[in-house]
Amino acid sequence: MHNKSVAELSRDLAAGEVSSVELTQHFLDRIKQEDSKYNSFITVCEDEALADARKADERRRQGDATPWTGIPFAHKDIFCTNGVRTTCASKMLENFVPPYDATVTANFRDAGAVCLGKTNMDEFAMGSSNETSYFGAATNPWGSDLVPGGSSGGSAAAVAARLAPAATATDTGGSIRQPAALCGVTGLKPTYGRVSRYGMIAFASSLDQAGTMARTAEDNAMMLNVMAGYDAKDSTCIDRAVPDYTATLQEPLTGLKIGLPKEYFTDQLSPAMAQTIRDAIAEYEQLGATVKEVSLPNANLAIAAYYVIAPAEASANLSRFDGVRYGYRCEDPRDLLDLYTRTREEGFGAEVKRRILVGSYALSAGYYDAYYLKAQKVRRLIQQDFVNALKDVDVLMSPTCPSPAFATGEKANDPVTMYLEDIFTIAVNLAGLPALSLPAGLVDGLPVGLQIIGDYFSEARLLNAAHQYQQVTDWHQRTPE
Amino acid sequence: MQWDVVIGLEIHVQLATKTKIFSGSSTAYGAEPNTQANAVDLAMPGTLPVPNEEAFRYAVMFGLAIDAEIGRRSVFERKNYFYPDLPKGYQTTQLAQPIVGPGHVEIDLPDGSTKTIRIHHAHLEEDAGKSLHEDFHGMSGIDLNRAGTPLIEVVTEPDMRSAEEAVAFAKKLHSLVTSLGICDGDMSQGSMRFDVNISLKPQGQEEFGTRTETKNLNSFRFMEQAIAHEIERQMEILEDGGEIVQETRLYNGDRDESRSMRTKEEANDYRYFPCPDLLPVEIDDTFIEQCRSRLPELPDARKARFKEQYGLNDYDAGLLSGDANLARFFEAAADRGKDAKLAANWVLGEFSARLNAEDKAVVDSPISGAQLGDLIVRIADDSVSSAGAKKVFEALWTGENDKVDAIIDAKGLKQVSDTGELEKMVDEVLAGMPDQIQQYQEADEKKRKKLMGGFMGPLMKASKGQGNPKLFTEILKKKLEG
Amino acid sequence: MTISREDVEKVAMLARIRVDEQQVSELEKDLGNILNLVDQLQSANTENTEPMAHPLDAVQKLRADEVTETNQREAFQAIAPATEAGLYLVPKVID
Repeated sequence: MHNKSVAELSRDLAAGEVSSVELTQHFLDRIKQEDSKYNSFITVCEDEALADARKADERRRQGDATPWTGIPFAHKDIFCTNGVRTTCASKMLENFVPPYDATVTANFRDAGAVCLGKTNMDEFAMGSSNETSYFGAATNPWGSDLVPGGSSGGSAAAVAARLAPAATATDTGGSIRQPAALCGVTGLKPTYGRVSRYGMIAFASSLDQAGTMARTAEDNAMMLNVMAGYDAKDSTCIDRAVPDYTATLQEPLTGLKIGLPKEYFTDQLSPAMAQTIRDAIAEYEQLGATVKEVSLPNANLAIAAYYVIAPAEASANLSRFDGVRYGYRCEDPRDLLDLYTRTREEGFGAEVKRRILVGSYALSAGYYDAYYLKAQKVRRLIQQDFVNALKDVDVLMSPTCPSPAFATGEKANDPVTMYLEDIFTIAVNLAGLPALSLPAGLVDGLPVGLQIIGDYFSEARLLNAAHQYQQVTDWHQRTPE
Repeated sequence: MQWDVVIGLEIHVQLATKTKIFSGSSTAYGAEPNTQANAVDLAMPGTLPVPNEEAFRYAVMFGLAIDAEIGRRSVFERKNYFYPDLPKGYQTTQLAQPIVGPGHVEIDLPDGSTKTIRIHHAHLEEDAGKSLHEDFHGMSGIDLNRAGTPLIEVVTEPDMRSAEEAVAFAKKLHSLVTSLGICDGDMSQGSMRFDVNISLKPQGQEEFGTRTETKNLNSFRFMEQAIAHEIERQMEILEDGGEIVQETRLYNGDRDESRSMRTKEEANDYRYFPCPDLLPVEIDDTFIEQCRSRLPELPDARKARFKEQYGLNDYDAGLLSGDANLARFFEAAADRGKDAKLAANWVLGEFSARLNAEDKAVVDSPISGAQLGDLIVRIADDSVSSAGAKKVFEALWTGENDKVDAIIDAKGLKQVSDTGELEKMVDEVLAGMPDQIQQYQEADEKKRKKLMGGFMGPLMKASKGQGNPKLFTEILKKKLEG
Repeated sequence: MTISREDVEKVAMLARIRVDEQQVSELEKDLGNILNLVDQLQSANTENTEPMAHPLDAVQKLRADEVTETNQREAFQAIAPATEAGLYLVPKVID
């Protein structure tokens, strides 16, 4: 049952072959049995899930089911869930139970989906390995000593380990695509503004975007159907019609023009990684696509721009965690200053504090122009590169990450090395474009992700391209030994 | 040495919108603590701001009223600092691209001249909550109902040269925003709060001296006192050869004292940057024209009209036109009473004195302009004496009765103006006062005036206070002087 | 661009995060490395380039001035560290 896709489970539920309660219980049992190995969940909400499953079965009996009614899934623990603890993997929110839903949460609730629990992540989504989680790192189902990637590492691990058929995720600099690649699942970061950010705990507001994670492109399309759309509660959300993302999955790829950014295919990429990606692209040519080289001349500046903008925004976004209205508060504060400084010292982990400090520094008097303003200008240069490249081609393809999953602890002590993990994913966030990672082979027995980047609001095309590939390959069906 | 005083103001004006600037919480004053603070106002994780259209309309209306350029593209920024009444740890405000650009306001000075005060800009921002310093076991309590209330901060150029000018400007601004209906103007509830920048320079010197900022003055009186106090303080330092420290000061109006809050060195590094949760707001011609069409008559225009339409003098017209509510009250009284000058006297006299005495706003007055107008009618047609009219006013104010004529009847205040009846009374009274009559007739013009009073007392007594004194005087004069 | 111990201490105070002696040393190194990384920005020619605020250069929509929120104090204060009489309690605030 747990090897079936969301689409298959949805059909089974519709056909009455299984009830939501049965399905939900099955996944809850699997989590109970297996998750001690992966630590992919921070919170499992067994009672709520079973209650929701019963409601879903009832709703189906009433003839009011949606494709999601009764489907179990998981939320990244960054989405506020009314009545269910939402931690953002931080001590700061260890006991935080929001009395409100994120818009994404509410959308799944309205569709009748059943939330199994909240998945592990890097603290406040800051990290590329899941090692910054206050609740301990999640591990990669492909190897217990390997990181699942981050920040949505718990979502990727849970889906890869078949503990949930799908999970929500968020992507600020690669946080959906990189863990999807490292765990061998399919993940989509939509266009900035396609999905509401309301109730999704902010890291870097102008870069954060909620997205999808599941084994197949089709399941990602089903998820996006629920998540996408205008929300008046998010000023940065775009008011634009939402297509049925599953409707165009079957379209042939004949004539699809693929661009390969030469800056993403350099000597830094190992021959095995490069070959795997070239094989995947050859597969696309078989499907009728044409390939040409394109250039993103400012690609080398993306990490620098990102590590100014993201920490700067984060430094302000995380000021609200002050021990006054909710969340962690230090014991016996001597005075107001002590309340602030000790609450924030004790409540935040090392990487979060580093980024807050870098961001505060970049914004402080005398440095604003040199750092933040400069980075926002460079950001436009990077965006223009993509706009120019996408004039000639329909999509861009590249490896999602420079290498397969690395070992736990390997990069944890060197922030800068860790930051370079996002070298192929980060520019997409700066430009606000949609991009997807899908399993495209194995290197050293570990999954490798192919990244497909599209023009604004071209999610349907990305999903179509991924789906067609998945019709002729089975990388996405591979399971860890 | 003679010193020139240089004053600039920053005024926080609370906008009278129904909801907060970035959330749909009510802004009504006086609710139980934290009952009007929702997820956005409390900066709960993941919540996001959505700006209130009406706040922008109000700001644009203000901009039009001061003849300012409207910011066609305005941008919110985050001003970062930690304070318990600031839930997000930053204030969302405008800096480089405000909604209202440079403009100007004319003020009337006591010597009858006018002066132009330039407005540097006005920007939209959110108010903070309140820290209550009552003691909760050594702790302070935080109420966030006010957090997120929309403000415009009006920043003037340093164009004022005395406390008088600064207060005149402050009053003019108050009159402007209340006339526009964008602020309730209730200073006691903090609807307008003033920060005053003051510096001194040797008379005639071009270059400004070092300035201090005195924060959060919430009455015209405190503002005037605080300015006087600060000028005095700076002057003493300078005359002793000292230097002014650039700092922010707090003024205690009850004790007429001020103290330093923080110096420039201690000033926060606010790390402003454009708020990534909000997008640039674009204001187009249609929006501006809609705002223009909502502009009511403004004080300057109203003053001119009061002089023209009601024949008021400059001084009365100025007083009556400044406050929109007072102006409305006056117009109702004058239109109903058909005697504008009399109405003006009553509104500025008895009515204003009564409001002051009871610390009431015009809108809280227990009597309406129309009621006062009814009374004006009876004063004008001599139905009631001015002493009687005060009694009628009193009865209206206390709510004893709400009909002027009914009060006059009930209290027996109807003035007798029947000349035949009055003549009879005069004859009777004079019959008993031969000595006084002789005295009067021998006296000169000046003395006669005094002696007239001697007859009036008995006459009023004889008429039980209801005789028309003006007619009594006329009849007396006729009889005594032949 | 290098960062000094004093810079680290100053910025930690701005961000209201307590740092001890040893943390300052570590942060001096880590922040220094990060700042070296981002210094690449200075090589970019951004003359005549407008800073980017929103990827789609969208403009703000405004909300009608209508009360949509109701009192939920009880729910919000149930998750607060310290409250009394409907107020959030903090160590004494001195202006």
